[in-house]
Amino acid sequence: MSDPLNAAALLANFVIVPAVAYGSQLALGALGVTLIYGILRFSNFAHGDTMAFGTMITILFTWWFQSLGLSLGPLPTALLALPFGIAMCALFVLLCDRLVYRFHRARRADPVIFVIASVGVMFVMNGLVRFIIGPDDQNFSDGQRFIIKAREFKQMTGLSEGISIKVSQGITVVTMILVVAALFWFLNRTRTGKSMRAYSDNEDLALLSGISPDRVVAVTWILAAALATIAGTLYGLDKSFKPFTYFQLLLPIFASAIVGGLGNPIGAIAGGFVIAFSEITVTYAYKKFANYIVPGDWKADGLMQLLSTNYKFAVSFLILLMVLLFRPTGIFKGKAV
Amino acid sequence: MISSLRNVFYFAVMAGLIVLVGQLQSWNLALSILNLCLISAVMALGVNMQWGYAGLFNVGVMGFAALGGLAAMLVSVPPVQEAWSAAGAGAWVGLGIFLLMVVAAITIYRKLPRSGLRTALIMLVVIVGYVLLRVYFDPTTKVIEKVNPAATGYLGGLGLPIILSWPLGGLLAGAVAWFVGKITLGLRSDYLAIATLGISEIIVAVLKHEDWMTRGVKNVTGLPRPVPYEVNLQNSQWFLDLCERLGADPVTFSSIFVKLCYAMLFAVVLLIVLWLSERALRSPWGRMMRAIRDNEVSANAMGKDVTARHLQVFVLGSIVVGIAGAMLTTLDGQLTPSSYQPLRFTFLIWVMVIVGGSGNNWGAVLGGFVIWFFWIEAEPLGLWLMDLLTSGLSEDSALRDHLLDSAAHMRLVTMGLILLLALRFNPRGLLPERTHQ
Repeated sequence: MSDPLNAAALLANFVIVPAVAYGSQLALGALGVTLIYGILRFSNFAHGDTMAFGTMITILFTWWFQSLGLSLGPLPTALLALPFGIAMCALFVLLCDRLVYRFHRARRADPVIFVIASVGVMFVMNGLVRFIIGPDDQNFSDGQRFIIKAREFKQMTGLSEGISIKVSQGITVVTMILVVAALFWFLNRTRTGKSMRAYSDNEDLALLSGISPDRVVAVTWILAAALATIAGTLYGLDKSFKPFTYFQLLLPIFASAIVGGLGNPIGAIAGGFVIAFSEITVTYAYKKFANYIVPGDWKADGLMQLLSTNYKFAVSFLILLMVLLFRPTGIFKGKAV
Repeated sequence: MISSLRNVFYFAVMAGLIVLVGQLQSWNLALSILNLCLISAVMALGVNMQWGYAGLFNVGVMGFAALGGLAAMLVSVPPVQEAWSAAGAGAWVGLGIFLLMVVAAITIYRKLPRSGLRTALIMLVVIVGYVLLRVYFDPTTKVIEKVNPAATGYLGGLGLPIILSWPLGGLLAGAVAWFVGKITLGLRSDYLAIATLGISEIIVAVLKHEDWMTRGVKNVTGLPRPVPYEVNLQNSQWFLDLCERLGADPVTFSSIFVKLCYAMLFAVVLLIVLWLSERALRSPWGRMMRAIRDNEVSANAMGKDVTARHLQVFVLGSIVVGIAGAMLTTLDGQLTPSSYQPLRFTFLIWVMVIVGGSGNNWGAVLGGFVIWFFWIEAEPLGLWLMDLLTSGLSEDSALRDHLLDSAAHMRLVTMGLILLLALRFNPRGLLPERTHQ
């Protein structure tokens, strides 16, 4: 009788909860990519490694705080270190802009030159991160681990399948909502935010009306660095920190931004969830789920997994191709064709 | 005139450097650097076609090189008879389903007019084909992987001469490039970059995880060679006579001799590709490509089909990269999927093209030589530098250990800096593109 409920709990535990958390992380990453694209008009290949860089600084501060005995009780110490990570990452990214991109911007170089330059920056950042913290996995989460444990859920409901929600997943979703709200308030209500949108819509007109391009560019980089550091730290808390994984996150993040429409912030958020849900539903093994919902003695043979998790980034790629085939501007009209 | 003198000067310096390594370190090392320089030069020529001729940014060079490597393995190793007898039928059924799916998709593409319906039908065919493949072919792969997993556990290849894989690897890479290019070209330039990044990661993931085809991370070693083996040389009389006449040690000289054979094969391929590239670049076709690159709008107004030409040159460049990938696996004598790293196979080639001189074939070749040379020689140099920098610290200092361990990662930083500096201070490269008035 409780089989459908068990099946639902199973799906919630292994698909919905992780996908919501992963989707929030991708959405934050994609927002950064989309902001850079909207204002500076190129796809920033260094974004994945910006995430890694900011997260690395956060981790180093976390370790320092831990050694000092500072903590947030049940919450991870990394949240305390996050502002420092954001600040250092923003400084570094501004330095990159000053040394690399500004020169090409002044010459009004082709977008593809910016893309190549961003690949160069990506490798410099990647090398620095590996040089400082090493290429291996780093675990830096502390505090309480679970909001609801699977066992407690089972006792509460009497089902044989439990739902567990990790603290990191809860923090991810709450942070995502707060950050997105703050970002939209900034873009729609403040003078600087409005000038950024004006610059994104029509650069020449914005310049004519006296908007300072240097200021707009600097604010964009700071926002992108903040979004990248937050996304990276949340991802690291939820899973673990490894420089190479962050490089690989580039593909789902780009896919999210393009699915939603490059340059469109709402699209980036929607795209993040589309990619996360597709990736996790396609790579989840439905064997147990099928055994619950199919009546009678029928037992599934095999894992009933559509795609092995080894190929999870193929999902982002396929969705990307489909969007490019059917609607190159993305679900919410972005600016790219 | 001056530009050709400069060409000769740069190449003479490069040759001098390799000779210097031969004299100071060893001729074996000098020749293995030369061999990889030759392969890098071919790969750089391929990327130069895409970027230098047409301004296409391909971030997936690694994937196309890996396809060449896959072809080298599949062509050369003998088929594994036990696996074929255990699972041959299943393998044929799998191949049949796959071919049927491809043929059906191509037929729909050809027969129906361009519309959403056509794309939807193609996707339906691919999805149905995929599900059928999973249902019918999955059990087969398990059987194949169980056949003597320590030594084989895969289907093996065709057992043909490995040289054949060079053109075949090119064709394989070209086919994938056509598929990717067909979808992304004609849209913004960034999309091609992102899509190639994705496809190359997927290709390498397939090589790593499809054990029935490639043995995955267990690697396929001992690929047959197109040149003699050292042991056979040391046992043959004519070789020993030759050694005696040259006054060389047979063991050392045999390995030098093998490397020389490789170098000759690679040089022939490089010269053919270079000759064809030069012919193409100077032909009306080459002028058209540069016209499209420099101003797409006006080229379009002159009646040039920009998207079709982009697709053409993208496929051609990828074919050349595939050939180079097959040559590299041939030289290594093994297929190691985990060795395909974006830094080594995508980024390094890009640095070669941009530093050498994008749009100039000789520049790409020179870039291939120079960058590969420093890539190899930078490692001892970097270690020496780190040693010098940390010599003030005590022997057991943790910082010193960390710095010495991490010196390898500085390669990433160095290569990134070279690219950024070249892009800023010398975007035309060592040998700039020649423009005829």
